[in-house]
Amino acid sequence: MIDLTQLTIKEAGEQLKAKQVKATELTEAYLDRAQKFNKKLNAFITITEDIAKEQARKVDELIADNQQLSPLAGIPIGLKDNYLTNGIKTTAASKVLEDYIPVYDATAVTRLKDANVVFVGKTNHDAWAHGGSGENSDFGNTLNPYDVTRVPGGSSSGSAAALAADMCMAATGTDTGGSIRLPASFCNLVGLKPTYGRVSRYGIVAMASSLDSIGHLTKTVYDSALILNATAGHDEMDSTTSTEAVIDYTQDIERGVRGIKIGIPKEYFEGLDAKIKKVIMDAVKKLESLGAEIVDVSLPHTEYGVATYYIIQPSEVSSNLARYDGIRYGSGREAFGSEAKRRIILGTFTLSSGYYDAYYLKAMKVRRLIREDFTKTFEKVDCIIAPVSPTLPFKFGEKANDPLQMYLADIYTVNMNLAGVPSLAIPAGFIDGLPVGMQIIGPDFTEKQLYQIGFAHEQEAQLYKERPKI
Amino acid sequence: MKIDIAHVAKLANLKLTPKEEKDFEKQLSAILDYFKDLQKLNTEKVEPISNITGLQNVSREDEPKPSLSQEDALKNAPKIHNGFFEVDAIFQENE
Repeated sequence: MIDLTQLTIKEAGEQLKAKQVKATELTEAYLDRAQKFNKKLNAFITITEDIAKEQARKVDELIADNQQLSPLAGIPIGLKDNYLTNGIKTTAASKVLEDYIPVYDATAVTRLKDANVVFVGKTNHDAWAHGGSGENSDFGNTLNPYDVTRVPGGSSSGSAAALAADMCMAATGTDTGGSIRLPASFCNLVGLKPTYGRVSRYGIVAMASSLDSIGHLTKTVYDSALILNATAGHDEMDSTTSTEAVIDYTQDIERGVRGIKIGIPKEYFEGLDAKIKKVIMDAVKKLESLGAEIVDVSLPHTEYGVATYYIIQPSEVSSNLARYDGIRYGSGREAFGSEAKRRIILGTFTLSSGYYDAYYLKAMKVRRLIREDFTKTFEKVDCIIAPVSPTLPFKFGEKANDPLQMYLADIYTVNMNLAGVPSLAIPAGFIDGLPVGMQIIGPDFTEKQLYQIGFAHEQEAQLYKERPKI
Repeated sequence: MKIDIAHVAKLANLKLTPKEEKDFEKQLSAILDYFKDLQKLNTEKVEPISNITGLQNVSREDEPKPSLSQEDALKNAPKIHNGFFEVDAIFQENE
């Protein structure tokens, strides 16, 4: 008997199609683990057992009826709890929305439902997606399955922990400044931050609207492409979604990296921890040996990213959170946690009369320079490889009382959100049993190529086969 | 650089505890100091960018479409009255 919770989505899909496994069996196996390990890891805020069983039953019926189904049909996934789900409590991990039951679905949820995926539950995260560690959740910390004394990374903390501990086969996330890539990196997972506008933001609790990217975490690169196939595309409910054609992101994924020019940006490696640098450069060498060309590049405005980001993002946060007045839904403003209050105050200040030009307008100018760094670099190379995090997964409490230190954990991830470009975080290796990730960054709408490069590395490294001991 | 936290909290309609006011003042002034780095950059001739997609004037035809029912729209409201959201009085008569 195969262990159903060790399969990739691709493998499970093939087994379901061949009628060797039933969707209900697959779902039961993941629900069992979700129930069992949630007590330890606190990865889910809500486990939707009845809904999952019903969705799986429906898939079994469709398969028995020999219907043509999506490769995601019957696949158990977790949804970050800032994705609105019709009839299922959606908290944004904040006490403000503790009892909120949406009356409609996010577009990404609708598209996953159309693909007949199975919802295991709603995952924990930093409240309103504010944070890099998961410690800002109003529903308690999520633990890292690789070392429960350390953070799983945030803000999509529960999605990463649930997936790394095999409580689901994929989980959705949101990435405003690294919130998918950082937890992916801390939990040995693949995390995609798509191009801004590739996946609809409709029905996802807004953090900073010009930066929010809707993506997901998976074990493998191929599985990530399968999910993007379902979620990507124009949506008339989100005016910032692109009409750029959606392609099959799994097609030619085995192309390899021969002739691909990979840029190594000096600003992301100078001063980087020597052990982390070695892990990433070893991975780069692997790609070089497979035929990629390695080129030194420079993105000179990199150092201004965190300051620019922490002006623009709280400004937009203060505006988006202004809607929570406790009149139409949710509790009143007194229910906001400390980090949300801190960002509302900071953003209200940077937008306020007399300070707007010095902060917000200045940041919007620097944002253009940061985007131009990327567009100019991509005239010379096909992609850039960079670290995701300056440190290994850190201990609980280590940065919790110093917001500036916590914000600086985002140093390698915020620039891609400011520029809008896609970035694929993939496992690069381990240091003392703790995962290290790296990111492959490309021009707008080049997710397909990022997958080809990530896949080439994954075939060699096979890091997705590693499992935490829990 | 210090933020007048009490004033900004009023603008943001947030009630802060005295401890939060004190903590935020200290933490946010460290963050504002960090922002000073941006002053090193001359951006005199740089156009601000607020929208990285380049999309402009995205709108749909002005035609009615199905939307939330009144019942659904009110479903999560803490207080409703005759099919409306109920709010606290904004103007009060001085006796």
